[in-house]
Amino acid sequence: MKAFLKYREIWLAAAIIVLIGLISTRFPGFAEPGNLAQVFNDTSILMILALGQMVVILTRSIDLSMASNLCFTGMVVAMLNAAHPAIPIPLLIVIALAVGLVLGAINGLLVWRLNIPSIVVTLGTLTIYRGATFVLSGGAWVNADKMSPEFIGFQRAALLGIPVLSWIAILVIALFFVLMTRTALGRSIYAIGVNPTASVYAGIDVGRTKFIVFCISGMIGGLSGYLWISRYVIASVEVANGYELNIIAACVIGGISIAGGIGSVGGAVLGALFLGIISNALPVINISPFWQMAISGSAIILAVVLNARGERQKGRIILRKAEAA
Amino acid sequence: MSDIPAPRHIPDRLDKPLSSAIFSWEALLVVVAVAIFAINSFASPYFLDAYSLSDLTFNFTEKGLIAFAMALLIISGEIDLSVAAIIALASTMMGMAVQAGADTPVLVAIGILVGLGCGAFNGLLVTRLGLPSIVVTIGTMSLFRGIAFIILGDQAYKGYPESFAFFGQGYVWWVVSFELVLFLIAAVVYWFLLHRTSFGRRVFAIGNNPVAAQFSGVRVGRIKFILFCLTGLMAGIASVLITSRLGSTRPSIAQGYELEVITMVVLGGVSILGGSGSIVGVVLAAFIMGLVTFGLGLLNVPGIVMSIFIGLLLIVVIALPIVWRRLRGNS
Repeated sequence: MKAFLKYREIWLAAAIIVLIGLISTRFPGFAEPGNLAQVFNDTSILMILALGQMVVILTRSIDLSMASNLCFTGMVVAMLNAAHPAIPIPLLIVIALAVGLVLGAINGLLVWRLNIPSIVVTLGTLTIYRGATFVLSGGAWVNADKMSPEFIGFQRAALLGIPVLSWIAILVIALFFVLMTRTALGRSIYAIGVNPTASVYAGIDVGRTKFIVFCISGMIGGLSGYLWISRYVIASVEVANGYELNIIAACVIGGISIAGGIGSVGGAVLGALFLGIISNALPVINISPFWQMAISGSAIILAVVLNARGERQKGRIILRKAEAA
Repeated sequence: MSDIPAPRHIPDRLDKPLSSAIFSWEALLVVVAVAIFAINSFASPYFLDAYSLSDLTFNFTEKGLIAFAMALLIISGEIDLSVAAIIALASTMMGMAVQAGADTPVLVAIGILVGLGCGAFNGLLVTRLGLPSIVVTIGTMSLFRGIAFIILGDQAYKGYPESFAFFGQGYVWWVVSFELVLFLIAAVVYWFLLHRTSFGRRVFAIGNNPVAAQFSGVRVGRIKFILFCLTGLMAGIASVLITSRLGSTRPSIAQGYELEVITMVVLGGVSILGGSGSIVGVVLAAFIMGLVTFGLGLLNVPGIVMSIFIGLLLIVVIALPIVWRRLRGNS
C-alpha cells in the first residue's frame, strides 16, 4: 500500500517536472530557482488549504465552507487591524486561527452530534459564512490604505532569502506530515476513511474524530484568511468566491480519493503546485488566462481517470454503500 | 393444478396512517411555506399583488426545472455539480449561432442539444469509466465554463432575435409566465416519471442498493446515464430561458447556480445519500426558496444576506426532525 502511494506521487512529481520542462521550451526563465521559489510562494495558500481539506476528505467527508471561512476570518482580522493597528501580527494570526476554529467547530458539531451529511452542512455554512461577512462589514471593503504596514509586510519579509509566507507553508506541511504519519489521530483519520465500521470496533470514536478534522480545516481556513487578505490587500465579501472547488481540485489532482482513506500530504502539496504552476505559466507563455479554467478542468478529469485505475476494487464500493444506508 | 396456493398479495405500497402524512417532510415544508408567505404579506404591502407574485416565480422556475432532474440523479446516488457550467456553455453556443445568423427555433435546438451533449459526457465518464460523479462534475464544471471563457473572454453576446425573448419574458395568460407553465408541466412529468413508472422505481432501487439492483436485473449504468442526460437536458432548457430573459450571454452567467439547485433538492427532502425523496417536496422547496428571496428583496435585504436565510433554512429544516426525534426519544 505504502509503496503504491509513493508510486503515485512519483508519477505526479514527474508530470510536474515535464510540465515545467514544456513551459521552459517556450519561456526559458521559468525553471530558474528564483522563479520556482516565486511559484511556490504564490501557491502557498492553496497548498495550506488543500492540506486542511485533505484530512476532511480522508474521513469520507467534505468541507465546502473553507473559502467562505477564509473570507469571513479575513474580514475579521482586516477590520481589527484597521480599527486597532497596534495589535501585533502574531496575535492577529492567533485570532484568525481561533475564529476559523469556531467556524470549523460549528460544521463539526452539526456533523458529529446531528449526523447530518457533511456536504449538506457545509453547503449551508458556505452561504451562511459568506453572508455573515456582509453583515459584519456592512458590505464595505477594507482597502490597502486602511491596513497597517506590518499587516501587509509580515508575510513578505524575507527570512533566509525566502518570504515568511513560504516558511508558513513549509511549517504547515511539516506539521501535517507529522500529524498524518506519526500520531494516533492521523492513523484514526486513515482508518475511518478505509472502513468506518471496523474503526468503531477498533475503539475509534468516529464522530469525535470527524469533529476534530472539521476543527482542523476550520483553523486552516482561518489562517488562510489572514494570509489571503494580507497578500491581495483587499478584504471584501467577494474574496475567494468559488475557491472551495479549487481546493478540492488540488486534492483530487493530488490523488486523494473522494471515497476516503487514500491520500497523502505529498499528494495534496503536489496537486496544489500543479494548479499553481499552470496559473503562473499561462501569462508568461502568452496563453490567454481565459484558458486556465478549461485546462484545470481537463487536468482534474485526467487525474481522476488515472487515479481510478489504481483504486478499482468492487468490494470497497459495496461496503461504502452498505455503511451509508 | 389446484394445489398451487393462491398468490400472496404484495401491495404496491404500504398503507400509510394519516398521522404519518401529517408529520411527513412535505407537511413540514407546507407549514414553512405558509409561514413565510404570511410573514411576507405582513412585512410588505406590495407582496400580495398578482404582478408581484408573478415576478416572484422567476426566482425559482429556472433552477427548479434543473432541480427535478437533479432530484432523480441524487436519489440514484449520483450528483451533478456542472449544471451551471452547462448553462454557460449552452448559452455561449446560442450566442455564437446568433452571430452566424440563426433564428429562434435553431437557437432553442442548439441550447437544448448542447445541454444534452454535456449531460451525456458526464454520464459516459461516470458510468463507462466508473468514476465518482462528484469529482467528475467538478472537473467538467471547470471544463464547460472554461470553454465558454475561451470563446467569449471578457466579451458578451447580444442581439438575440425578438421572438427569442418570449421564453424568458413572455406570458401565456394574464400574469402566468411561460417559465411558470413550463415549471408546472415539468413538475407533473417528473412526478409521474419518479412515482408512477417502473423507471422511477428502478431509480429508487439503485439509490438504496446499486449492487442488489444490478443483481435484480436493473441496468444500473444505463439508467444512471439516462439521468445524467436528463439533467443536462434540463440545464439546456434552463439556459434557453435564462439567455432569453437576460437577452445577453456572458461566460459568468448562472455562476453558483449548482449549489442553489442542490440546496433546493436537499431542502425538498431528497436524501443526499440517495434512495429517498419526492418531487412534491422539491416543488415546495422551490416555492419556499422563491418566497424567501423575493420577500426579503421587497424588504430591501441584499442578496448576500438572503443567502444566510437559505443556508440556515437548509440546516434547520434538516436538523429539526433529528432534534425532535431525539427529544422525544429521551422523554
